[in-house]
Amino acid sequence: MANDEYLLRMVDVEKTFPGVRALKGVNLNVKRGEVHALCGENGAGKSTLMKCLIGIQPVTSGEIIFDGKSISHYNTADALNMGISMIHQELSPVEYRPIMENIWLGREPVGKFGLVDHKKMYEDSKEVLKQIDLDIDPKTLMVNLTVAQMQMVEIAKAVSYNAKLIIMDEPSSSLTEREEQQLFTIIRRLKAEGRSIIYISHRLEEIFEVADTVTVFRDGTNVGTAAVKDITTEQLIAMMVGRPMDDMFPKIDTDKEGIVLKVEHLSHHKYFKNVSFEVRKGEILGFAGLVGAGRTEVMETIFGIRPHTEGQIYLHGKPVEIHNPGEAINMGISFLTEDRRGTGIFPLLSIDTNIAIPNYDKYLTKLGLVDQKAVDEACAKYVEAIEIKTPSLKQKIMNLSGGNQQKVLLARWLMTEPDVLILDEPTRGIDVGAKAEIYQLMSELASQGKCIIMVSSELPEVIGMSDRIVVMHEGKITGILENGPDITQEVLMRYATGTDDDF
Amino acid sequence: MKAKEILSKYGIVLVLVIMVALLCIVSPNFRKPANLMNVLLQACIFGILALGMTLVIIGKGTDLAVGSTLALCAVICASFGQKATASGKIFPNMPELPIIVPILIALIVGVAVGLVNGAFIAFTGIPAFIATLGMQTIARGFALLYSGGKPVSSLIPAFKTIGSGRVFGFLPVPVLIYIICIAVTWVLLNNTRFGKRVYAIGGNMQAAEVSGINVKKMILLINAYMGLLAGVAAVVFVGRTQSAHPGAATGYELTAIASTTIGGTSQSGGIGTVWGAVVGALIFSVLRNGMTILGIDAYWQQIVEGFVVIIGVVIDMRKNARKA
Repeated sequence: MANDEYLLRMVDVEKTFPGVRALKGVNLNVKRGEVHALCGENGAGKSTLMKCLIGIQPVTSGEIIFDGKSISHYNTADALNMGISMIHQELSPVEYRPIMENIWLGREPVGKFGLVDHKKMYEDSKEVLKQIDLDIDPKTLMVNLTVAQMQMVEIAKAVSYNAKLIIMDEPSSSLTEREEQQLFTIIRRLKAEGRSIIYISHRLEEIFEVADTVTVFRDGTNVGTAAVKDITTEQLIAMMVGRPMDDMFPKIDTDKEGIVLKVEHLSHHKYFKNVSFEVRKGEILGFAGLVGAGRTEVMETIFGIRPHTEGQIYLHGKPVEIHNPGEAINMGISFLTEDRRGTGIFPLLSIDTNIAIPNYDKYLTKLGLVDQKAVDEACAKYVEAIEIKTPSLKQKIMNLSGGNQQKVLLARWLMTEPDVLILDEPTRGIDVGAKAEIYQLMSELASQGKCIIMVSSELPEVIGMSDRIVVMHEGKITGILENGPDITQEVLMRYATGTDDDF
Repeated sequence: MKAKEILSKYGIVLVLVIMVALLCIVSPNFRKPANLMNVLLQACIFGILALGMTLVIIGKGTDLAVGSTLALCAVICASFGQKATASGKIFPNMPELPIIVPILIALIVGVAVGLVNGAFIAFTGIPAFIATLGMQTIARGFALLYSGGKPVSSLIPAFKTIGSGRVFGFLPVPVLIYIICIAVTWVLLNNTRFGKRVYAIGGNMQAAEVSGINVKKMILLINAYMGLLAGVAAVVFVGRTQSAHPGAATGYELTAIASTTIGGTSQSGGIGTVWGAVVGALIFSVLRNGMTILGIDAYWQQIVEGFVVIIGVVIDMRKNARKA
């Protein structure tokens, strides 16, 4: 069957994790010598599918046929030997070792006495690097390479394994435009050699430039495959977002009076440029955009986590300088970060400590000691009000579900009594029920006169909850839109991909 | 289930009780009240260090310099507490000072060393392990330099009171000082904002920063407190030995870390208790005293102590792993 038109066929692949069906019967067919793009929202199942393909995780059911053979029960090393390589989005080279040792890591050529044959390793590396036109001495340390060059080395490694299929996960996300063109040149060359490429990307222009076929993922399944030359940008966007809106979003009409936070020409040397917007009392301002558009970085800057190079922040009309989160909190700004585990919870500590940590100043006895009784009472009030499901305040937060952890963090920030509440991906990784409760809470807070900034990559959420929507693309604001019936996911996607730009 | 929970939380207390009970049964000498008080007395110095170490380790740090910090505090402290008639005085013309002066000086020196440790860690970003490893040699060097390598002795009588005096006729002064340190550290860790923040930065440093905690300042304060306790321990040490040798207290940092660890404080930060540090220090003291009374070779004692630390931590880690 080696003359099969398809190098890879994945048939009805399902993958379930405890409580989640991540892949619901995916079919993917990749021809020999084609560049096959995968696109879709975060969490649509692309990464899970690739993890199954390269042997990090076994599939729950379904069949994978590679190069005419049905394959199952293999690990990543087996996958490499069969000819499946993956260039991960986050590269993890052994930084202080030379290129050649990175390429042959784990299978170093050895000489007579079982010692590493450095000469052969060097010559072989040169040969592989030549194949992809990379002119660097194989003895160069990885740490001295640019990200693009490291990526090239990864590709060289794939070539050295004689890979028939190379998976690239958002390879262009940290490349400059010139480097991107180099990457495309190499991709075309690999293709000409008869290798197949699976190219995962959010950027539509790229897909149109380099891919032959595109498959769109949504909610754990493939919703459509098309030859790139046969479809338009509009059709592709429609395929990506074509999901009916649920009525999960309980919007309450609020009076929006008085600008609370105003940002003018805020710039960062790396992440964003010339960002200006304002939020009014009682307003929910959505921030849409693709991953890496710089939305989180803008919020981190407002909150004093990152310094800005230019621009001015105004609170209640007065210019302010915020140097660290402590100052931001004192000025009435709160920030629910997107990375709940990394920058949110204190996993080992109890719920009350997790809620009270920025708030202890309010609950002190005359001696300056913490008034634990007052803290517990205050925390209990929030636990009840926002329905955090826990047997006790003393429970360690790591024992709660994701949704309840998120609610604890919300309680933490509400207790600081902020005027401006910044929520970064507030519903990421939590179940539908908890999502609906958080939306409800957001609406109530807005109706109480708080202003809320919500950064979200989920378009239905942005459209469902926001009064106005700021869309960013590659560090710049491309649109500030009044929400209404004419604001559809397609419209936002055009701004998010930079197809439309009002500025 | 409930009993199991209590056992996993307070199991280390049970170990201590069993150890003491066994020794009391097998050795008439061990169970003499005078000896039992001696066990407490022997625990005081590294016990006080272990209290500070608990804070440091909960806050994701470590302090390998406390032993030599103690020695530096001790020689400086003693030099301000020498008799007028002492020969070879560091300050030949200095009159006898009231005891409060050398005590305060010991505490100030301790805090200063702690602040330097903290500053290196907070402002250069080097690991606490490295900063304090360097300070271990630096402080020792200063102690030798200051004292000319010789013990500082011939001290005013007040030091004798600190070392071997008793309050209410039975409680040795060092034990009283230890108890005061336990109480202060307890309140500090459990009832102040400072304490809550120590747990927070140890549990998730980035989240602590986002929560508005000044992490650098916290690292300075935590190390300063460790230094303060090293100063207190130095005063007790000088009182006990009636002199201060610049080479003293070598390896005390390891005993302090070991006591803390046996008491359930996690090396990965965020977990630990004051009572754990106390029980850990007592276990070491009982172990040493008991083995000596049973006539076990001093070299064997060291080997046993080493194994106790390793086994203790293995048990502790398994306990935590099962929960997760």
